[in-house]
Amino acid sequence: MGSRASTLLREEEIEEIKKETGFSHSQITRLYSRFTSLDKGENGTLSREDFQRIPELAINPLGDRIINAFFPEGEDQVNFRGFMRTLAHFRPIEDNEKNKNATTSEPLNSRTNKLLFAFRLYDLDRDDKISRDELLQVLRMMVGVNISDEQLGSIADRTIQEADTNGDNSISFNEFIKVLEKVDVEQKMSIRFLH
Amino acid sequence: IGYLLPWRLCLGISITVWFTLLFFCTIVPAVLGVSFGMRRLYMATLLKIFEWATLRMEMGAKEKNQELYKPYSNIIAKEPSSSLLQEFQELRGSASCLSSEPEFELADIFYFCRRGMETIVDDDVTKRFSAQELQNWNLLTRSNNNFRHISLRLTVLWGLGVLIRYGVLLPLRVTLAVTGISLLLVLTFLVAFLPNRDEKVHLMCYRICVRALTAIITYHNRENKPQNGGICVANHTTPIDVIILANDGCYSLVGQVHGGLMGMIQRAMVRSSPHIWFERSEVKDRHLVAKRLGDHVADKTKQPILIFPEGTCINNTSVMMFKKGSFEIGCTVYPVAIKYDPRFGDAFWNSSKFGMVNYLLRMMSSWAIVCSVWYLPPMNREEGEDAVQFANRVKAAIAAQGGLVDLIWDGGLKRAKVKDAFKEEQQKLYSKVLVGEMDQNQSDDKHSQDDNPEDANNRN
Repeated sequence: MGSRASTLLREEEIEEIKKETGFSHSQITRLYSRFTSLDKGENGTLSREDFQRIPELAINPLGDRIINAFFPEGEDQVNFRGFMRTLAHFRPIEDNEKNKNATTSEPLNSRTNKLLFAFRLYDLDRDDKISRDELLQVLRMMVGVNISDEQLGSIADRTIQEADTNGDNSISFNEFIKVLEKVDVEQKMSIRFLH
Repeated sequence: IGYLLPWRLCLGISITVWFTLLFFCTIVPAVLGVSFGMRRLYMATLLKIFEWATLRMEMGAKEKNQELYKPYSNIIAKEPSSSLLQEFQELRGSASCLSSEPEFELADIFYFCRRGMETIVDDDVTKRFSAQELQNWNLLTRSNNNFRHISLRLTVLWGLGVLIRYGVLLPLRVTLAVTGISLLLVLTFLVAFLPNRDEKVHLMCYRICVRALTAIITYHNRENKPQNGGICVANHTTPIDVIILANDGCYSLVGQVHGGLMGMIQRAMVRSSPHIWFERSEVKDRHLVAKRLGDHVADKTKQPILIFPEGTCINNTSVMMFKKGSFEIGCTVYPVAIKYDPRFGDAFWNSSKFGMVNYLLRMMSSWAIVCSVWYLPPMNREEGEDAVQFANRVKAAIAAQGGLVDLIWDGGLKRAKVKDAFKEEQQKLYSKVLVGEMDQNQSDDKHSQDDNPEDANNRN
């Protein structure tokens, strides 16, 4: 197929994306090529169907939640900037050492932002709280038909009990961070991008 | 009128020269089955030019301080992937295997999330359905991402290339192709009256077609060539695969009946040797198909059948799932691996992008089609092996020989959605992590077609 990828992406755009996400020049052009190969409609944006065409993603139990993370509230199309912004969350934290001229605000791939990404996978209605209902729904996605409602309910109850500190029967982002403070988030939520 | 005469004379002379050249350099050797070795010389020269061109491009890019786009490298380093069960076992530690309480952690989502993101950036399947990317530029803009005006010399060379390919090679090849097909139609008609000559006719016509594409083929291990009463299976990249294989032996083809020119060719071919053409309605009837194939191989006087079990064209970097139909018949299978050299012209037919005519034009205006064909030793179904396992064994042998990636994914994913059963498999595995082993009757079948692709790939 050999798309004319690098010629369609302007140098200024590459620089902007570099500043915002911390990816290197060659990584950005390589990912742009991937973006265009997924964009079957050739209109510069990806729709949900474009993602679902990837078989290995379609068989992932949380595939739909992951795809959803790319699309801002209420939108059906994601452009290359949005694509890169979401992928930037998965850059390894060590890579930031090499790119000292990143923005002064917190980089997209900081530990907190990675945790926020995972939190939003659970938080279906984006109200900054994981309710029992939402947890149940996500659990159901992960286990399919193999576990009964009662068992799943008790798993959800126990999880909320352990995490909830202010007694509102749901998990806020701070409570989420507390529960996961011993987990090596940096390693588990990172992809090794080659240069 | 006076000034027209020398012009017409020139035209007349050039056409005569053209046709004599054509006749002696291509058709006569095709008829007699000899080769002058000109094509290999051509190939070697082209390679030298390509290397030079790529070097110029790299130097030019360095001078202008631009980054050269390297499309063939990997974006991410994938861990030597462990299966879902292995990863969660590491996470939980061995103690939890004994516990009967469901062990869920909020962090479990990280596994699915990271895996999902990795496939968005680089997956194993979708890239098989588009043309492979090249390391050296081969002077075809269609395969180049760095084509900018790097230097005058390079652009001139490219322009020259275009002139030669479209002005000289293309008309030459089209003429040859037309000659080849016409000869096929005429001679197969005549051959009906001379029953013993059909093999020669067949081979001759295919040799002309091969020259029409400037196909430079190297056959390996010809002692393993398919015999009568067997089925020849090969990986599928393009309809030209048929010409490549039929150039070296007589096969019975299997396919749907078409109308128009294709239909005429099909009817002509049947006159000289037994091919198996199905009506569109019969294709769905698996028993009918199996019966006709079975009858054909039972008759030892009939040629081996040629089948492409992938069912669709793949881009020649991998071999995808073999459909079990041809492996159920119970006869000897002769595997063949075909590997194209992408530097001279990409042979892959991307049927969602190009129609047949467009594809043939691109083929005939490439530099050449260079490929290697390996005949593998015959294989039979072993005791206790079912059709699917046999198919996978043959597929692995072909992939190993051709240097292709052995995938368990179905080539039909080019157009169809993946089956829900695979997602359900993943969900089942995760449930096991949460609550431990399930009852006996819920455990998955071992050797079904719906084997979990991720885990199966990890096993390979």
